[in-house]
Amino acid sequence: MAILSKEEAQAILKKVLSYSKSDACEVSLNGSDEGNIRYARNAVSTAGQIDVMSLSVSSTFGKKTGTATINEFDDASLKKVVERAEELAKLAPENPEYMPPLGPQTFAESLTYNAKTAAMNPETRADMVAKSLSVSKGANLEAAGFLVNSNRFSSIMNSKGLFAYNKSTNVSFSVTMRNQQGTGSGYVEQDFNNLDKMDTLALSKIAASKANGSAGAKAIEPGKYTVILEPLAASDMLGNLFRGFDARSADEGRSFMSKKGGGTRLGEQLFSENVNIYSDPLNPEVPGSTWSGDGLPVTKTQWVENGVVKNLSYSRYWASQKNKQPLPFSRSIVLEGGNQSLEDLIKSTEKGILVTRFWYIRMVDPQTLLLTGLTRDGTFYIENGEIKFPIKNFRFNESPVIMLNNVEALGKPVRTGSGLIPPMKIRDFTFSSLSDAI
Amino acid sequence: MKRRDFLYLTGIGTSAAILPSLAFGKLISVEEALTPVDVALKKKMADVALNTAKANGASYADVRVGRYLNQVIATREKRVDNIANSESYGMGIRVIANGAWGFAATNNLDKDSIAKATKLAVAIAKGNAKIMTEPVQLAPQKGFGEVSWKTPIETNAFSVPMAEKVDLLLSVNNEALKGGAKYINSNLFMVNEQKYFASTDGSYIDQDIHRIWPTFTLTKIDAVAGKFETRNALSAPMGMGYEYLQPLDSEKIKGGPVTMYKKRYDMLEDVREAAVHVDEKLKAKPIAPGKYDLVLDPSHLFLTIHESVGHPTELDRVLGYEANYAGTSFLTLDKWESKKFNFGSKEVNIVADKLETGSLGAVGYDDEGVKCGKWDIIKDGILVNYQTIRDQAHIIGEKASQGCCYADSWDSIQFQRMPNVSLSPGTAPLSAADMVKNVEKGIYMFGRNSYSIDQQRYNFQFSAQIAYEIKEGKIVGMFKDAAYQANTQEFWNSCVQRCDKNDYRLGGTFSDGKGQPSQASAVSHGSPTTRFNGVNVINTGRKI
Repeated sequence: MAILSKEEAQAILKKVLSYSKSDACEVSLNGSDEGNIRYARNAVSTAGQIDVMSLSVSSTFGKKTGTATINEFDDASLKKVVERAEELAKLAPENPEYMPPLGPQTFAESLTYNAKTAAMNPETRADMVAKSLSVSKGANLEAAGFLVNSNRFSSIMNSKGLFAYNKSTNVSFSVTMRNQQGTGSGYVEQDFNNLDKMDTLALSKIAASKANGSAGAKAIEPGKYTVILEPLAASDMLGNLFRGFDARSADEGRSFMSKKGGGTRLGEQLFSENVNIYSDPLNPEVPGSTWSGDGLPVTKTQWVENGVVKNLSYSRYWASQKNKQPLPFSRSIVLEGGNQSLEDLIKSTEKGILVTRFWYIRMVDPQTLLLTGLTRDGTFYIENGEIKFPIKNFRFNESPVIMLNNVEALGKPVRTGSGLIPPMKIRDFTFSSLSDAI
Repeated sequence: MKRRDFLYLTGIGTSAAILPSLAFGKLISVEEALTPVDVALKKKMADVALNTAKANGASYADVRVGRYLNQVIATREKRVDNIANSESYGMGIRVIANGAWGFAATNNLDKDSIAKATKLAVAIAKGNAKIMTEPVQLAPQKGFGEVSWKTPIETNAFSVPMAEKVDLLLSVNNEALKGGAKYINSNLFMVNEQKYFASTDGSYIDQDIHRIWPTFTLTKIDAVAGKFETRNALSAPMGMGYEYLQPLDSEKIKGGPVTMYKKRYDMLEDVREAAVHVDEKLKAKPIAPGKYDLVLDPSHLFLTIHESVGHPTELDRVLGYEANYAGTSFLTLDKWESKKFNFGSKEVNIVADKLETGSLGAVGYDDEGVKCGKWDIIKDGILVNYQTIRDQAHIIGEKASQGCCYADSWDSIQFQRMPNVSLSPGTAPLSAADMVKNVEKGIYMFGRNSYSIDQQRYNFQFSAQIAYEIKEGKIVGMFKDAAYQANTQEFWNSCVQRCDKNDYRLGGTFSDGKGQPSQASAVSHGSPTTRFNGVNVINTGRKI
């Protein structure tokens, strides 16, 4: 019900614009139908299904803009929300950074929707969770997990004639398995647009194996180690880095992308030569929307090539100030790797630490992008190409910029969150203290 | 439309004609935000859900009709970035059927949609019952009939003219620029939760809850050195109205290196001080790693309390319900059962309080109809209790819930959330200035900065907005790159001294995250300035 077709969304947006009396008007209409099931202590704890749809209207007089939102869609409510936005606009101070709406644009058809995922219901979810519970119960472990699927649409229209629509599905599963003594814990997490790719049984077996394998962890001294980061751990570190590819904060001197003495580090060799990062919403493994919130087409963009920063993201306003083309960022990030598997990376390691995932990562210093956080749910000592024993969790203090300068090897990228991220072998990763957490 | 349909269907059209026309609108007008939905109407809607749930086989049901108003004003330097008023309005229905929970929510508040959502909640419960291991056990809760509660505010922030609020923020920015700031962002967040709760226990509870959070980030840049430094506001988000932004000298603590604010905040004064602090930060000396005595101001300590005391004493974490996301807890049931687990020194007295005036977590009743109160969590350093809700109370032998249930929206499922968890002030008279006089080698920290703690709450690392060096009882300058790393139990056992009640202040957060799907909760933590001896401090400076 909350998922409108392109034509239905277009009809409502047109109607809203027909009520507008402002100089410029931008309208967005979004809806989602999301179902979830959560379990803990080997039993379902909560489950629910939520449909929501909302409309946002931004009206502008001159350079004064007001925004109002609503979640009712009868004619009277639509008229009222436009009036409300216009009232707010008249009260608002001028925005010197206001950019007039874009005219019509051409967008590629996205690959984000899958009918089978859209058709998931409470029974589908319960069955998928039952498979996970069969693993934990069979292995005498305790499982806590979460399965959520969503079916969404988003659309925008403005008074200059721009219209964009996208429909997407997603299914996301994660589970933590712990042994009864509380001495071992394992975790998996996976997102897909396509339900067929999601195998809760196989994933739960990985979590179970890590829970058993991590029991009886030994303490080793904190310090600098070669680490092998599973794709999830690597992705945990890189989120903050990707957010830093913003031209404005770099130009303003308040980002790790800012250059000493002014300007940005665009064009500089900031990372190891084997680091290549691009985004591509049409990559079928990590499909994304082909338009940004302000109506710009989102296309394949190279951000880092052979370790050199090739592009920074520009908002329309900042691009106009710097005589650049606006360039939106995309969540469909690909960090290119090789063909080596995680096992290959372990085999090639004389001494090192395998990290399943990181947890509670926070920025310590935005200037160097120094992050702190901890390992979690399976950390192992590697010697002579083999996992020797589980080790206690560490706190780290490390910058992903430094990390991507210390790349020894990159494995085969896999879907992690909304990106494709390889397992990574990194030297001199800084662990600063031990944690008793399991 | 929704309102009219509902009124028609429920046959109360006559009285409806005199209801405010906005009662069911989802609009964002300032004026209309001041007009709450009619209580009689909310009761009628709730009864549709409760009756449908019972008729379809639910043994228990509760309904939350929520109207959540948010106003955000965001400014930067000399301009307003954004003014947004938003409203979210709808109903969440939670039921127990065949011993399992089910939940559904709708923003279509006509009779048919409410009935349909209720039936869906019952169907989900029955589906879950098939893979249930043991049925839900709810602690008994008497119905309160029709009752209400309001945050005791003086001025509703939504009623203050927009121009006045914008003027304040732009004046703050102007002060910052005059003080040499290169960039200044200032924001004002206002929240009004109008929540109506009804359950098959016979409660119909109407609550009107207000929160406010003014904040800023001031940035200066040393372009030659390629360095920048920032200082955030030392305000606290509060469960108050606009009066929080009307300064009062009696609510300030002066005399130290930083002006501190109790229940009234002087944003202009704070930003002027911030401009000076950032100059000091740019010139501050890097800290030498090692052991230091820490003097922690409440504007900083609140977050350490939140992470290292608030979270590990959440019973759902202890039991494993959060194992897949927020984590579990080192404060396992055996530690509580022993009645002698030494969480901290004798100075450490931690109280949970759902009623504290001015706090973010203050409500009359929680989101499952339990009347709120106050209880000890750590008494003289010993773990004595947890935080719990109705379906978990029996696990720790409690006959009633402690009233810690909360949902961040009508379309979120309520679950156990942290009450205000606070460190009590010391009983002996002591000011912060006098505390500093006795410190030989220490750091005096103000304001929250980086924070991280493991999933069982043993190992943490925190840094501050401002870290002053204390040498032989005197503040001698500012440190940079200082963060302390500690183990929770060791840290709280190193707590040696607390200032008195005159120094007690609240800190807090609007966005404590927990649960899947993740929900935000607002919670306060009070404390006096407190001293911890011999804490490990690291240097976080790096070169890239």
